[in-house]
Amino acid sequence: MTSKFVLKLYVTGQTPRTERAIQNLRRICEQNLGSQYQLFVIDVLEQPHLAEQERILATPTLIKELPPPVRRIIGDLSDTLKVLQGLDLPVHPSGTGGTQE
Amino acid sequence: MTQNPRQPAIEKLPTGISGFDLIANGGIPAGRTTLVSGTAGSAKTVFAAQFLAEGIRKYGEHGVFVTFEEPPSDIRRNMESLGWDIPTWESEERWAFVDASPQPGEEVLFAGNYDLGALLARIENAVRRIGAKRLSMDSLGAIFTQFADSAVVRRELFRVVSALKRMGVTAIMTGERTQEYGDIARYGVEEFVADNVIILRNVLEDEKRRRTIEILKFRGTSHQKGEFPFTIMSGEGMVVIPLSAIELKQRSSDIRVTSGNPELDRMCGGGFFRDSILLVSGATGTGKTLMTTEFMAGGVNRGERCLLFAFEESREQLFRNATGWGVDFDQMERDGLLRVVCEYPETAGLEDHLIAMKKMIQDFRPNRVAVDSLSALERVSTIRGFREFVISLTSFIKHQEIAGLFTATTPSLMGGESVTETHISTLTDSIILLRYVEMFGEMRRGLTVLKMRGSMHDKDIREFTIDNRGMHIGRPFRQVTGILSGNPIHIAPGEIDRLNQLFNDDNEQQS
Repeated sequence: MTSKFVLKLYVTGQTPRTERAIQNLRRICEQNLGSQYQLFVIDVLEQPHLAEQERILATPTLIKELPPPVRRIIGDLSDTLKVLQGLDLPVHPSGTGGTQE
Repeated sequence: MTQNPRQPAIEKLPTGISGFDLIANGGIPAGRTTLVSGTAGSAKTVFAAQFLAEGIRKYGEHGVFVTFEEPPSDIRRNMESLGWDIPTWESEERWAFVDASPQPGEEVLFAGNYDLGALLARIENAVRRIGAKRLSMDSLGAIFTQFADSAVVRRELFRVVSALKRMGVTAIMTGERTQEYGDIARYGVEEFVADNVIILRNVLEDEKRRRTIEILKFRGTSHQKGEFPFTIMSGEGMVVIPLSAIELKQRSSDIRVTSGNPELDRMCGGGFFRDSILLVSGATGTGKTLMTTEFMAGGVNRGERCLLFAFEESREQLFRNATGWGVDFDQMERDGLLRVVCEYPETAGLEDHLIAMKKMIQDFRPNRVAVDSLSALERVSTIRGFREFVISLTSFIKHQEIAGLFTATTPSLMGGESVTETHISTLTDSIILLRYVEMFGEMRRGLTVLKMRGSMHDKDIREFTIDNRGMHIGRPFRQVTGILSGNPIHIAPGEIDRLNQLFNDDNEQQS
């Protein structure tokens, strides 16, 4: 499978906001991508140089590295529609997630 | 929270920015954040960068530059022209960028609540990594445009400020203003850095740009008040001209120096004072440049070093004039005792002229300085700027124990006063007036010593002539009144003679 999603979520520490963002993202991915995604969670407090490299300012920040284009989604990902839009997924949640472009 | 009455006094951290620490009474509050606010083009970024550059160059203190607006590559390039080699400092880990500038062409979506925790983490990381003592953030407005929620940005910046305080870092934050005289800054940023505020201004006054810096407040510590002019010099950066901060501790000596003209020396009670400033005022062609020339020659003939700033005539003209009066400027320059600097006033702003002149005085170390004419410099400045220039130049010259001679051109041929005169007459120690005197259809020249601080002087208005050996001062005008006001009125000569006979003025008979 070539069109696998590579997602990086930058967070600051184990805060309720961090937890919320991770939960929201996992839910959206499972519903829409099945297992066709890789998620990396990066804590900028532990690895500030990675935040420096990617020039992250806000947390949580989700970067969709693959498939192109690269996109940034800022926030705790509670706005499902915006997240789907940012991941280039159909905005009508099908629940099956079988058909990607 | 209650204030601890025995709280230690706030320490100052010298910025190293030329002149600024004088008006800041030592520097900006150490371990605190100071807001530097100004309109577009008011040199905020220069201030922010120079704060770090001087820290590295003068105090061995490392600095972090957080940029919200321009990418680091732009800042590196722009500051190179000011003589700061940022890439080298970066490689030596003395300077670090935190790049928070907007990424062009990248789409950003917002989906829920956020904070700027990553920015804070990066700042803390950079400060620790290079052991920074100083930090600049430039400029706050740009981060407010990157994030829609200004309440979040304000809260997060407050966290950054608190973190910097905890780490003992002295910081500068720059902020935008929309008007030169209005709110302190946009987006209410002064709310979280309200303790220390500096304002930079770039005002258009009478078609001339005037840059000023004002320290609005330093909580818990002192500073000079009001606006101070500054300029930006290549190779140096910002240079503040600390007018009222100039200490009035000029020594005044009783040592007399020659004016270059024995007759004038006699009128002045034995010559000019060494640490004094003399103003020669007169209409065009009355002999101001001649007096300047003689003043310079008088010094050189005694082995003194003389520096002449000419703003009205070209070198060739000046040298030819001097030759015409029997003074060989060429030879004097070859002997290294004279330096003539000719400059068009329009080539630079007044602040730049001032700094260039100070520099030349420092380099050449003259015993005498002449400026011919000061009025020419009025053209490139506002009246206020001009006055500041004169104050600054006079005090600088006096500090160096140099004798100074300035000339001022009066606008009307027959007399009256010039702007220069009105603005600087109180600053100079002596004033000599040169005037045309119309007598029986003939133009003659008159001279009087109007003021001579700390000395007796001749109060006559004397006639003088000019020939190939220079200026010759003769007898007083006795049959004319109203010369100074430019309206000479003749009194019947017979009457004067009779009066003279009555009082039998011995001095007159001698000369």
